[in-house]
Amino acid sequence: MALSYDQAVEKYEPTLGLEVHVELNTKSKMFCSCATEFGASPNTQTCPVCLGMPGALPVVNGKAIESSILIGLALNCSVAPFSRFARKNYFYPDMPKNFQTSQYDEPICVNGYLDVEIDTDEGIKQFRVEIERVHMEEDTGKSLHVGGATGRIHGADYSLLDYNRAGIPLVEIVTKIVGGTGKYAPQVARAYVTELRDILRSLGVSDVKMEQGSMRCDVNLSLAPASSGTLGTRSETKNVNSLRSVERAVIGEVIRQSNRLDAGERIVQETRHFLEESGQTRPGRSKEQAEDYRYFPEPDLVPVVPDSAWIEQLRATLPEKPSTRRKRLQQAWSVPDKEMAAMVNAELLDVVEETISLGAEPTRARSWWLGEVSRLANEREVAATSLITSAQIAEVINLISNGELTDKLARQVVEGVIAGEGTPREVIDKRGLKVVSDDSALMVAIEAAITAQPDTAERVRGGNIPAAGALIGAVMKATGGQADAAKVRELLLKHLGQG
Amino acid sequence: MTTIKSTAAQMADALAAGSITSVELTQQHLDQIERVDSAVHAFLYVDKEGALEQANAVDVKRKQGDLLSPLAGVPLALKDVMAQKGIPTTCGSKMLEGWRPPYDATVVTKLKNAGVVILGKTNMDEFAMGSSTENSAYGPTHNPWDLTRIPGGSGGGSAAAIAAFEAPLAIGTDTGGSIRQPAAVTGTVGVKPTYGGVSRYGLIAFSSSLDQAGPCARTVLDAALLHEVIAGHDQRDSTSINAPVPQVVKAAKKLDVKGLKIGVVKELGGEGFQAGVLNRFHESLDALVEAGAEIVEVSCPTFDYALAAYYLIAPSECSSNLARFDSMRYGIRIGDDGSRSAEEVMNLTRHEGFGPEVKRRIILGTYALSSGYYDAYYGSAQKVRTLLMRDFSAAFQLADVLVSPTAPTTAFKIGQNDNDPLAMYLNDIATIPVNMAGIGGMSLPSGLADEDGLPAGFQIMSPAMKDDLMYQVGGTLEAALLSRWGAPLLSQAPVLAGK
Amino acid sequence: MAAISRDDVAHLAKLARIDMSDVELDHLAKEMDVILGAVARVQEVAGVDVPATSHPIPVNNVFREDVVKPSLTSQEALSGAPAQSEDRFKVPQILGEE
Ligand SMILES: [Mg+2]
Ligand SMILES: [Zn+2]
Repeated sequence: MALSYDQAVEKYEPTLGLEVHVELNTKSKMFCSCATEFGASPNTQTCPVCLGMPGALPVVNGKAIESSILIGLALNCSVAPFSRFARKNYFYPDMPKNFQTSQYDEPICVNGYLDVEIDTDEGIKQFRVEIERVHMEEDTGKSLHVGGATGRIHGADYSLLDYNRAGIPLVEIVTKIVGGTGKYAPQVARAYVTELRDILRSLGVSDVKMEQGSMRCDVNLSLAPASSGTLGTRSETKNVNSLRSVERAVIGEVIRQSNRLDAGERIVQETRHFLEESGQTRPGRSKEQAEDYRYFPEPDLVPVVPDSAWIEQLRATLPEKPSTRRKRLQQAWSVPDKEMAAMVNAELLDVVEETISLGAEPTRARSWWLGEVSRLANEREVAATSLITSAQIAEVINLISNGELTDKLARQVVEGVIAGEGTPREVIDKRGLKVVSDDSALMVAIEAAITAQPDTAERVRGGNIPAAGALIGAVMKATGGQADAAKVRELLLKHLGQG
Repeated sequence: MTTIKSTAAQMADALAAGSITSVELTQQHLDQIERVDSAVHAFLYVDKEGALEQANAVDVKRKQGDLLSPLAGVPLALKDVMAQKGIPTTCGSKMLEGWRPPYDATVVTKLKNAGVVILGKTNMDEFAMGSSTENSAYGPTHNPWDLTRIPGGSGGGSAAAIAAFEAPLAIGTDTGGSIRQPAAVTGTVGVKPTYGGVSRYGLIAFSSSLDQAGPCARTVLDAALLHEVIAGHDQRDSTSINAPVPQVVKAAKKLDVKGLKIGVVKELGGEGFQAGVLNRFHESLDALVEAGAEIVEVSCPTFDYALAAYYLIAPSECSSNLARFDSMRYGIRIGDDGSRSAEEVMNLTRHEGFGPEVKRRIILGTYALSSGYYDAYYGSAQKVRTLLMRDFSAAFQLADVLVSPTAPTTAFKIGQNDNDPLAMYLNDIATIPVNMAGIGGMSLPSGLADEDGLPAGFQIMSPAMKDDLMYQVGGTLEAALLSRWGAPLLSQAPVLAGK
Repeated sequence: MAAISRDDVAHLAKLARIDMSDVELDHLAKEMDVILGAVARVQEVAGVDVPATSHPIPVNNVFREDVVKPSLTSQEALSGAPAQSEDRFKVPQILGEE
C-alpha cells in the first residue's frame, strides 16, 4: 500500500535545500559587451569572448557585481572582503569555453537568511531559511535538438546552437539545509522562492520570470526517519519553473522517497527532472562517476575586493523589504489577505500605490487595477501597466468620486483611453459620456417610465420598494446609462411617495 | 643604403627621410622570404598582398605629410599565436587549420595603428608548447646559423625570421622563455615585458597567468621601439597594468650603467650549462664592469623548484584553456559521420588535432587539477610561486637587475631531444623564474660558444614595471660587445640560400 | 611504486575528451610517471604557512561599465564553424541531460 503525503510526513522528516539561479537584467553580458535581450535572432548577440574564441578574454561587468552585492545585502549576508572567480571545467557544447566561469570557494556573499511566513494549523508561523552563499556565474547557450522521433535530446539527429544566452550574468543563491519544517516543507519552499522573487524584483536586478527562465529553481530534498536526528540521501530536482511547481516538486519527492524507503530501498544521490504534467520527477542521465570539475582560480580575471564605503553606499540604496512593505500597505489600505495576495501575484502593488498617491480612493484604485484593467490586459496578453497609466486611472476614479462619472461610464472612458482616443477628459468629451445629473431631465424620464408601467408604479406606491428596480432600469435605459442610478432611485421613490 | 640587414631603427629613419618607400622595403623582405624560407621555414603564412597594401597606405600617408608613428612602414613577422582578422591563424596546430579569426588581437590593432607592416605569420611549437619549434604540426623551423639545428621555441619562427633577415622585427610570446630562448640560440634580441605590460587580448592562451607577448629584434633599440608600440593598458584584458609604459626607448639609448648593481644569480649557471655559454656570460659581465656597473652575487634558492612548479601550473592552465578546441564552433572536426555523438566527435577531433606534447601537457594538467591531487600539485606549485617572488624581491634589494645565461646550451640538433620531454624542459631552466614572478626579462647575444661557434644568450631580469632597466643594461652591453666584435654577431652567420 | 597507472591516464584522457589508443595510453603512463616524479618535489618547499599565488601582478577590482557594444554579425560568428544551419552552429547529437 503506497504512502500518501500525509502518511509520509508522519513517518519521515523532510530536509530541504534550495538553489535558485537568477539571470540579472544588466544591459550587457557578464564578461563581454554583447546585449542580453531576450528573443534576438540566433547568434546576433555574440562576440569572440562569449563564443569562447581562441585569444578572447573576459572582463567583469561592474553592474553585475553591484547587483550581486545588493542581493547579498537584501538577504542579510555578509559581503566577502575578497572573492574570486574560478573555472568549473566540463565539456558541453552549449558552453563555449568548455568551462563555466563561476565562483567556487570564494563567493561574493555568504551567511545570510530570509524569514518566511506560512499558514499552519496553529496560525501564521515564521520560518528562517538560512542562506549559505550568493555567487556569480555565467549562463550557457541554448541548444535545439533536431530530428529523432521525440524531438528530445535522445534520438536527435543533430543539434543547433545559439549562443545569445551564453555569458548572461547569473546569480546563484544557495540555502543551507532547511530542517524542522515537518509537513510544511512544500509551503516553506514555495514561500521562500516567492519571497526571494519579490526581493529580487524590488531590487530591480532581475526580471525574475520563471516561465522565461530568468529565475530557475533546483530543489534538493532528503528524508530521514522522524525524530531520528539524521540526514538522508538527497535528490536534486531541476527544471522547477513556477512557484506552484516548487511546492509540487517537494510533495512529489517526499512521496517518492518515502515509498522507496518504506520498501527498504536506497535513495540514490542524483539529479532528477520535474515533470510539469504529473508533478512527479524522473531521473536524469546517470553518470558513471561524479564529475570532477577541476576548479581553479580563473587566471584571466582579478579578485573582487569591495571596500566598505562601496558596500555601505549600496546598502543605502536598499528598498524597503517586500514583506514589510506589504504589511504596511495592507494595513493602510485595509485590504483583505486574499486581495492583497492577488495584487502581489499580479505585480500591481507599485501601480496601485502610485494611483492612491495621486488622490484616488484606495478601494477603487485596487478594484480598478485588479478588475477592469487586468481583465483587458489578460485579453490582450500584455501587462496591465502597459495599457494605461496610474495618473489616468487616478483621474477616472476621482471623476467617479465626485459624481461626474458612473462606474459604467468610467469603464467606457478607460476603454477609450486604452484604445488611444486620448486622455480621460478627451474620451469623455469625444464620446459625450456625461452623467445626467439634471433633475428635471431625469424627472421627464421617470414620468415616462411610470406612464409606460402604471401597474409597477402602483405597487411601489403600495410599499413594494423592490419593484422600483424595473422603473429605475427603464430610466437608465432611456438616458443611455448616463444617469446616476442612485440619484434616479432617490427621485423616483420620492415621486411615488416612498422617499 | 637601406638593406634588409639594416636595423629597424635605420629603416625607420630611411623611410622618414624618404630615401626608401615602405613598398620597396616590404618587397625586399618578401623577396628574402622567397629566397630563404624554403630552407628556414620561419613562416606558416605570408600575406604578400596585405603587406604591400599596408605598406602602400603608409607611403600615401607619409606623402600627405601625416604624422606617423616611429615604426610606420617597417615590416614585421607575427607569431601565429596572435589572432589577426581574416588571416589564417593556426597556433602551429592542426586543430586550427583553416581558421581565420573574425577579430584582431590588441597587439595587432596597435601594430596596424602604428603603420607597422605585417608580413605574415611565423611558425611555432603547437600552442606555444615547446623549446624547439619541432612541435609545430606544419614541420620544424630551422636555425639560420645551422639548418640542422633548432631555432629555439616556441617562437622559433619569429627568431629565425629575424636572424635570416626575412623581417627586422617580430612579435613573440613568452610563457616560460619562448621569446628569450629562441633569441639566445639565434643570436637575436628578445624581450618578455612585465606581465600585464602588453595586452593578452587575442593572444591564443597557453598558460594565462604566464603568457606575455613581446618584441623580437636584432638590436636592443629595435626591441625597445617595438615594445613601445605594443605595450600599454587594454580594457579588454583584466590583467593588463593600468600605468604608464616604462620609457624603454630612452633607456635603450642611455648606454650607461654607472652605479647600477648587477646581480648574478648563483643558482643559474652551474651544472648543466655549456662551458662556452658560461664563458660568453662571464665576458659580458666583464664588459658591464668596464662600463661602470657593480657586480654582486645573489642567491635565489627556490629557483631550483621553478621548473617543477612551472610544469604543473602551465599544464593545469593549458588543460582548461585548450578545452575550447572541441570542433563545435571553429577549427577542424573529425568523425562527424552522422552516427557519432558530439562527445565522440570531440574525442576524435582532439585525438587527431593535438600533437603529442600538447596531449602530454593536457593530461598532466588535468591530473594536477583533479580532486584529491589539487593541493599536492597545483596548490603546491602556486606556493612555490610565492617563494619565487620572495626570492626575487630579496634579490632586487641587493641589485637593480639580475643576470644569467638565457639558455644552458646553444642550439641543439633537430630531433635530439625527441624522446625525452624532461631534457627538453631543461632548456627553460633560466627563463622560467621570470614568468613565474611576472617580471621583465631580456635576452641578447653574448657571442659564439667556443665549442660549436653557435650563439649564446645573456639574460637580464628587471623588477616588475621597471622594464626600462633591462633595456638600459642591455643597450650598454650590446654597445660594448659590438665594439669588441667590430660588426653585429649576425654578420658571422652563414649566408643562406633556398633549399 | 608507480605514481600513475595506465587506468589513471585513461580516466584523465576521458576527462580531457581525448581519444587514446592502448599504445598511446601505455606510452603516456610511463612518461607521466617520470614527469610527475620530477615535479612532485614542489611539495618539499610548499609549507602550510606559504600562501598560494595565482597571479604574478596583484591587481583587484577590474570592472567594465554595463554598456552594450556591437556584437559580431551571425555570419561572422559562424564564419569558422565546421557546420551550420539556420544561423546556428550545427553539431552532432548531444548525449546528456535534457
Ligand atoms: Mg551553478
Ligand atoms: Zn559577447
